[in-house]
Amino acid sequence: MQMLIKGGRVLDPGAFDAAADILIEDGRIAEVRKVGEGRAADPEESLDSAAVIDAAGLVVVPGLIDMHVHLREPGQEYKETIETGTRAAAAGGFTSVCCMPNTSPVNDSASVTRYIIEHASRCCGVRVYPVAAVSAGLCGEQLAEYGELKDAGAVAVSDDGKPVADSQLMRRALEYAGGIGLAVISHCEDPGLSGGVINEGAVSTLTGLSGVPNAAESVMVMRDIALSELTGTPVHIAHVSTRQSVEAIRAAKARGAAVTAETAPHYFTLTDEAVKSYDTRAKMNPPLRCEPDRQAVADGLADGTIDAIATDHAPHAQIEKEVEFDLAANGIIGLETSLGLGLALVEKGILSLQQLVAAMSKNPAKIIGKPCGIAPGLAADITIIDPSYEYTYRADKGRSKSRNSPFDGWNLRGCAAYTIAAGEVVYHLSKDS
Amino acid sequence: MKWTKKDILDIESLSAEEIDLILETAFGLKEISRRPIKKVPTLRGKTIVLFFLEPSTRTRISFDIAAKRLSADSVAIAAATSSIVKGETLLDTARNLQAMSPDIIVMRHSSAGAARMLARSLDVSVINAGDGMHAHPTQALLDMMTVKEAKGTLEGLNVSIIGDIAHSRVARSDILGFSRMGAAVTVAGPATMIPPGIDHLGAEVAKSVDDAVTGADVIIMLRIQKERQRRFLFPTEREYAAQYGLNTARLAKIKSDALIMHPGPMNRGVEICQEAADGPFSVILEQVANGVALRMALYYLVSGGMRDADAY
Repeated sequence: MQMLIKGGRVLDPGAFDAAADILIEDGRIAEVRKVGEGRAADPEESLDSAAVIDAAGLVVVPGLIDMHVHLREPGQEYKETIETGTRAAAAGGFTSVCCMPNTSPVNDSASVTRYIIEHASRCCGVRVYPVAAVSAGLCGEQLAEYGELKDAGAVAVSDDGKPVADSQLMRRALEYAGGIGLAVISHCEDPGLSGGVINEGAVSTLTGLSGVPNAAESVMVMRDIALSELTGTPVHIAHVSTRQSVEAIRAAKARGAAVTAETAPHYFTLTDEAVKSYDTRAKMNPPLRCEPDRQAVADGLADGTIDAIATDHAPHAQIEKEVEFDLAANGIIGLETSLGLGLALVEKGILSLQQLVAAMSKNPAKIIGKPCGIAPGLAADITIIDPSYEYTYRADKGRSKSRNSPFDGWNLRGCAAYTIAAGEVVYHLSKDS
Repeated sequence: MKWTKKDILDIESLSAEEIDLILETAFGLKEISRRPIKKVPTLRGKTIVLFFLEPSTRTRISFDIAAKRLSADSVAIAAATSSIVKGETLLDTARNLQAMSPDIIVMRHSSAGAARMLARSLDVSVINAGDGMHAHPTQALLDMMTVKEAKGTLEGLNVSIIGDIAHSRVARSDILGFSRMGAAVTVAGPATMIPPGIDHLGAEVAKSVDDAVTGADVIIMLRIQKERQRRFLFPTEREYAAQYGLNTARLAKIKSDALIMHPGPMNRGVEICQEAADGPFSVILEQVANGVALRMALYYLVSGGMRDADAY
């Protein structure tokens, strides 16, 4: 099986940026040839026209990776399934996703990890990398069986959704996971300081909704950096939302700490103004912060303090959002809006296209220890971006089973034209939309 | 002016003209409660549901009496007896209520924004009787009515609100209301109880309670909730009374024509001493009396009362 991606701008951050053709053979990249560079036999002549993608005017990048999603399966299939979640991922341009362990049962055992991987292998072709629990049952009391989890296919551990409150447990998790080569992803939230439903500030004072101060996040970011330095093992900070966290990570990186970080599109796009009208679609944890935080998060992406953009795609059924704000579930879906919102940063000149693509592909791949790039021999995981396609995002037209997005009705510019995983087209814009 | 709003959800959404109209209407209706037969037929045939999902005695009875004085039929539902305890969602319960064609739903709820959510999804008028820490517009309106009655105007007055500002819906609504009507609002209390960004609502933060009471035309003391002690907001009631309460020492410093108010229920000896609560400065019971007239006015206005302005 051969496929040719012809005439696009091939952009592999840090490695390649030129107009080029990509030849794919049996799911792998066989050749990357700059346009204009001669070659003895043109493979196009021997190819079926269906196997040629005209990428003129498009940007061909390594398959995007969302290292932080909730696929909800097993156990919460009414919100999302691996099937619907991976289809949403494909439509968003993602060839790989890392799914968090807070399912029912919790992914704290090899059998759940294997279930997810096997199930995913029968879905649309998007790769699913399970993230297992730091602590058994997410209970914060004892370590999960990292060795077996790694053997089963887990790429990282995290108690995402819940912080690891016990500092000794976190220390030992970093040591133990570091010893066997699993990344540790930390949901930073001091349980004593949090407990609110939106950001603490002028908006919480005006609305009477209880607030979560920035420090609830940053004190634990600082703790985890200290523990990473103590143990000499890397730590990855999930969903950075505050300026103090960005500053702490920047300082830690400057002194050589093995800390990496991600943020979500909503933290560089929205502020707590979005919950002023008690719109539960904008309720998430950590909460949307203030303008200086939004700016700091974007700056953190621009200067490399924040390595990755991950969506924290958190599907919830309508009945979990159509309730009092205090009672509404935390989280928003994000797979199908991430690229468009990221490209808005490029359009505003905050990030270069290379930086955006790196934050959505190579950087997260490095953190979870997976290969990523456009070069002969690598798996043909490729996203072809149409940067100028303009559309109105409609949550109810999305592939996700849920619709809880504050971006419903937003006009976005730029999206995936083709998503190719292991040489198979798993999403094609004009065909599917 | 003509009343056009379907709902009364918070003070923020009311203009100064609307507040004036509400207060003037309330002053006009107040006299009904002094008649030998305290009832007018104005809202005969109207149904008012009192949907209280949080404990309340004073506010619920005030709304109930106000309905009855205008000849409306009022039905009270408490949390314990509603289907909410059976797991029905708030919206479903509300839609079911609406299906029985009431004209007004008065709701109290422990979650901020609950009244707005209800108003957005129902066609009937919604009056917010308190939603979490967000708003208690009828309390603020009756406070403004009480001050206006005593002082003739709200403009230019110094209003000090003292106590747990952070957790008080009354404080939020009073700050917004009094400042909209041209008063200068100051808040004071322990730093643990002053929320961030309170200046955005239009209040200044006083350095001390002594500063706040000195020169104030109106002193509103807030109830201190004992359970807050457990969340480290203050050490003991004894310390609170000495440091932040309106005690006899502070009472001696207040202006000779100051008004002392409290939304109730009071903790005598904690935030307010006996002499302040019962003395000549106190208009606390006037607040309660005005509450009935004020709520009658709101029923009247949201029912389209301006179309037959002399029905009462």
